[in-house]
Amino acid sequence: MLDGLTRRQFIEISACAMAAPAIGWPNEAAAAAAPAGGTLVVAAAAGSPRHFNSAVQSGIATGMPAAQIFASPLRFDDQWRPHPYLAERWELAPDGMSLTLHLVKGATFHDGQPITSADVAYSILTIRDNHPFKTMFAPVKQVDTPDPATAVIRLTQPHPALLICMSPPLCPILPKHVFDNGHDIKTNPANLAPIGSGPFKFVEYKPGDHITLEKYDRFFLPGRPKLDRIIYRIISDPSAIVVGLEQGETNFLPFAVSTRDLTRLAKKKTLGVTAQGYQGFGPINWLAFNLLRKPLDDKRVRKAIYHAIDRDFITKKLLLGFAQEATGPIVPSSPFYSAAVDPYAFDLKRANALLDEAGLKPDARGKRFSLTVDYLPIGGPEEQQNIAEYLKPQLKKVGIDVQVRSAPDFPTWAQRISNWDFDMTMDQVFNWGDPVVGVHRTYLTSNIRKGVIWSNTQNYRNPQVDQLLDEAAVTLDEQKRKALYAQFQKIVVDDAPIAWINIVPYNSVYDRRLGNLPTTIWGALSPMDDLYWKESHA
Amino acid sequence: MRLANAILQRLCNAILLIAAVIVFNFALIHLAPGDPAQVIAGEMGGANAKILAEIRHAYGLDKPFLEQLWIYVSHVLRGDLGQSYYFNAPVAQLVAQRALATVLLVFSGLIAAIIFGTLLGVFSARRPRGALSHGVTILSLVGYSAPVFWTGILLILLFAAAVPIFPVEGMMDPARTGGGWIGRAIDIAHHLVLPATSLGIVYLAQYSRLARASMLDVLGADYIRAARAKGLSENVVVYKHALRNAILPVVTVAGLDLGRVFAGAVLVETVFDWPGMGRLAYGSILRRDSPTLLGILLFSAVIVIIGNLLTDLAYRLIDPRIRTSA
Repeated sequence: MLDGLTRRQFIEISACAMAAPAIGWPNEAAAAAAPAGGTLVVAAAAGSPRHFNSAVQSGIATGMPAAQIFASPLRFDDQWRPHPYLAERWELAPDGMSLTLHLVKGATFHDGQPITSADVAYSILTIRDNHPFKTMFAPVKQVDTPDPATAVIRLTQPHPALLICMSPPLCPILPKHVFDNGHDIKTNPANLAPIGSGPFKFVEYKPGDHITLEKYDRFFLPGRPKLDRIIYRIISDPSAIVVGLEQGETNFLPFAVSTRDLTRLAKKKTLGVTAQGYQGFGPINWLAFNLLRKPLDDKRVRKAIYHAIDRDFITKKLLLGFAQEATGPIVPSSPFYSAAVDPYAFDLKRANALLDEAGLKPDARGKRFSLTVDYLPIGGPEEQQNIAEYLKPQLKKVGIDVQVRSAPDFPTWAQRISNWDFDMTMDQVFNWGDPVVGVHRTYLTSNIRKGVIWSNTQNYRNPQVDQLLDEAAVTLDEQKRKALYAQFQKIVVDDAPIAWINIVPYNSVYDRRLGNLPTTIWGALSPMDDLYWKESHA
Repeated sequence: MRLANAILQRLCNAILLIAAVIVFNFALIHLAPGDPAQVIAGEMGGANAKILAEIRHAYGLDKPFLEQLWIYVSHVLRGDLGQSYYFNAPVAQLVAQRALATVLLVFSGLIAAIIFGTLLGVFSARRPRGALSHGVTILSLVGYSAPVFWTGILLILLFAAAVPIFPVEGMMDPARTGGGWIGRAIDIAHHLVLPATSLGIVYLAQYSRLARASMLDVLGADYIRAARAKGLSENVVVYKHALRNAILPVVTVAGLDLGRVFAGAVLVETVFDWPGMGRLAYGSILRRDSPTLLGILLFSAVIVIIGNLLTDLAYRLIDPRIRTSA
């Protein structure tokens, strides 16, 4: 099924000069008749955003409100299919060297100014020059604006990830007349008083407390948005989050990961729990190895450790059955996932044999060598700390003495890992839609950068992998590209610079009276313009 | 004259204290591993070396430590608390947004603890072996021993989950519209009950013990016997003659406590998601946002100094001996 859909997507994006398909938005019929009004209170557990300009800042805290405030050229459904948003039609040139966007007529920013191709050009170049994900628009040479309703993105090389990079969390269209005010874009005062063209406009931000957004009456899609207001309540205490949802103080909790809380909340009749809406993010929990350290530079040792980890125990017992096992660098929900890799079955005998083969014989007390394991100290303890602690008794079974090194906070951990001062670390990294955006960075030799977190901190070097990834980044033919990534996955899984443990069990908890929940690939980071209350509530 | 001198002396001490607060905290924060650029990069979901260098340069983090300290101190002297690395907003504005919430929480918790604690202490002192006295002793022991965050979570479970009569999150309901300022005040008071109670319970225990001991002491004094012999009613003896002397230790401890209550407020604010300075301070430590943290510490130091000054004045008001002799 996935194959068929992605082939269809491939046809859509590569057929030359083909206008955007007039596929109805899946919820459209239901949405038209849906009642309007009401306030949605979102429990925002990701903390206080620095600001709302998602053109220069990634992350969930900024992304959730930004996707409501700013519109993007395209939006995606839950099957990775692009749909018109600010661009009512688009054409990819046959040689893949340019993308033409035809903007929807009559769309305005929240200050009433019309949206023109100049705004699109300004935004794309701003993102290219400032967003942390350099690979998104690195191939963009220039953006031409032949008329106010047409923007032509010109590339230096074919860029198959370009369409997904047009989606709400990655490509907010900023009003040039507001943001191009002489201030540096990263510290621009407009970032904290944002004006966009999305379904909701910014009203108020109290850091550590709440963000208030209000319906934009002149939103360019007729009849939307349904809600009058969205309030993001910034909550950090886990018990307050749970009780708040149970009592109806908050109505929607995206990015919930605490499996214990989810189990409890799922029992409440007024609440629903869904794992839909996270395909685009592709979050993986993994154990990364430092290949500069002995004996982890030996592939057999890394394989032995991977074999010694019982992922079934982790997903079923530690994560209470909410999580899915990870098998490699690309998540199974991605169109580029390949299952054709040699899996690391839980096998202590094989692990012991590999360690013996590597010449690491156990001493009289059964110990072969010692390692430390760090873990990412953000989020709950369930995915990172508990798994790191599980590794200690587990790896002892194959003669590896593991010391868990905790870090009091994120900066301490990031300092250690980014400066390669670690043996192994538990970490959580997102695929971010296309592998070009979120996967390449971890494995490319050219992205070994000391001091930069979430670069290739493993110091993994494989010229064959570099070549495959470089080629996949410019291959337009979807089937060829898939083949390249399948080859990449096979090699990198065999090299095991990382032991991929599980897919992060992100779930959304919601009030059952809500209709049209954001279940697209970008979930709560997509516009919630069709979300509505089925019945009025207090 | 004497009063003015005493105040002046205290102000001089205060300035030295504040200078020490600034320098020590600045040094301490810089000793912690990790830098704010990494945090900002982490929040972004990744970064490259160029962005990291840009961030460090933008906030002067690439300068030597002493130069950074000098820049900070000279700005503070000019009344500029700097920009938050994280929120990129003026620290003074961030602190001001949060200060009122914390001051409201801390003072309502502390004042309630003082009033109810003293009353409980006085009641139990009147019949030191009665059931009430024993009850207050047990309550004090439990209240004093329980960690403040645990009390908070228990109160949430009791009065927000099991019997949902109080809200759990924040200081007001942001979804509420209309109702004017009276409605808003009621809303805030409604949200304030649980956090102020959990903060106050620890201190309630302490004040009831203190007032009880001090009251027992005073009730045995000769002048009380004289007052009773004079034929004054028991209530006048207790509340007019005895309490006035017995309350002095309570006032002393209250002044000292102010700083500790601020510290305890961090936990209560976290449990109840109260948008106060404690949570901002905690978050700022995690983000290595030193200007914000220094701003909060500075503000807290000032509050504690003012509190102590007020304690001194209260002393003079209650005890005429201090007015003339000290």
